[in-house]
Amino acid sequence: MPSTQKIAALFKKDLLLEIRQQYTFYGILLYIASTIFVLYLSMGQPEASTWNGLFWMNLLFICINAVAKSFLQESRGRMLYYYSIAGALDFIIAKLLYNFLLMLVMSLLSLLLFSFFLGVAYSKILLFAGIVCLGGISISLVFTLLAAIAARANQNAALMAILGFPLIIPQLLLLVKISKSAFGEIFRENALLQMTLLLGGLDIMIVVLSLILFPFLWKD
Amino acid sequence: MKQSWWKILAAVLLIYTFTAGFLIDVPIIGNLYQTIRNLFFHVPMWFGQMILLLVSMIYSIRYLRSGNLIYDIKAREFARTGILMGILGLVTGAIWATYTWGEPWSNDPKQIAVAIALLIYLAYFVLRNSMTDMDKRARVSSVYNIFAYFIYVPLIMVLPRLVQSLHPGGEGVEGNPALNGQDLDPTMRLVFWPAVIGWTLTGVWISQLYIRFSLHKEKNWLNV
Repeated sequence: MPSTQKIAALFKKDLLLEIRQQYTFYGILLYIASTIFVLYLSMGQPEASTWNGLFWMNLLFICINAVAKSFLQESRGRMLYYYSIAGALDFIIAKLLYNFLLMLVMSLLSLLLFSFFLGVAYSKILLFAGIVCLGGISISLVFTLLAAIAARANQNAALMAILGFPLIIPQLLLLVKISKSAFGEIFRENALLQMTLLLGGLDIMIVVLSLILFPFLWKD
Repeated sequence: MKQSWWKILAAVLLIYTFTAGFLIDVPIIGNLYQTIRNLFFHVPMWFGQMILLLVSMIYSIRYLRSGNLIYDIKAREFARTGILMGILGLVTGAIWATYTWGEPWSNDPKQIAVAIALLIYLAYFVLRNSMTDMDKRARVSSVYNIFAYFIYVPLIMVLPRLVQSLHPGGEGVEGNPALNGQDLDPTMRLVFWPAVIGWTLTGVWISQLYIRFSLHKEKNWLNV
């Protein structure tokens, strides 16, 4: 049975690691900044639909880099140690929560940098920020389980991208569609709500699947 | 003989599909004309793929529950045949589209969705081949297979309904992913459903042969 105490301890450990060895955080920050700067140099300030597409692609790559390390950084010995002190459910819930938070911060940061360099293409700031948060969370949930799978398969980070790209497309397509509403596109009545609910449903399904499937990856 | 009745059934149903499918009178709908006969070949591929991949997922669940490697081999072979069905479905669809939509590939949402589905299952085999340890490979790829199926279903069943498509029923956004029940007249139904069963059984048969081949090849370490 998962216990809140253990989850909190594991979550705090990830957070502390992040704060003490800030190389990953700044590394990803630098990654965001340089990608966006290159985009700015090559495209200038693109029109809305290009902006939208570029933004989500950018977020996808950021997520792969940010989430990949959550399992890849854990050595074999350390996994064994976690195994002896906590259950599989504690571990995956802590990881999901941590990646959730990490991607929330990264998504908002990249939104800020994107708006700064590539111009403000969207018309409804709050709505778009909300969609970006939802998007960041959705992507992080999928990639958490995939990172766990990739970590079991010989710690291969490239494998995560191979597995992740096809699997993330449904959500990415939905996100690109939903975010068009923030660019002033008018949707049919209820269509927006329907898509958002679908995305939320997918997220819940992915969390449930992660909780069910992770214990099988954990055993060795 | 007792266990091969379904193989005979599959053969009989396919012979029926190939003869009746080309001989019966079909209704002329829109610009389909005689190409509507492709319905007996193109659509059953997708039914077959969904069923075979479902079977593959069930075997993955059974593997995780029991740890018996034979289930993992079965999951792998059913997934392989599922991919084969998908490729055949894409090809028959592309041929059909050449004559009705004017080009083999028109970025239709359903074409894109099934292409992505193929990529998801090809990634399953990439994942399998990345590991050498058999138990680990079986466990990790079973987890991926189950996860993939739950993404695959919304991908092909739900997402295409949200957008306009060239497929039947795709004019409005309420359209069915592919099959429009009202377009199927009673005589076509008489061929269509046997074709679905026939093609699916053929898929199971192909998988069965591969499974037997694999079991034979790998019997040294399977302890059976």
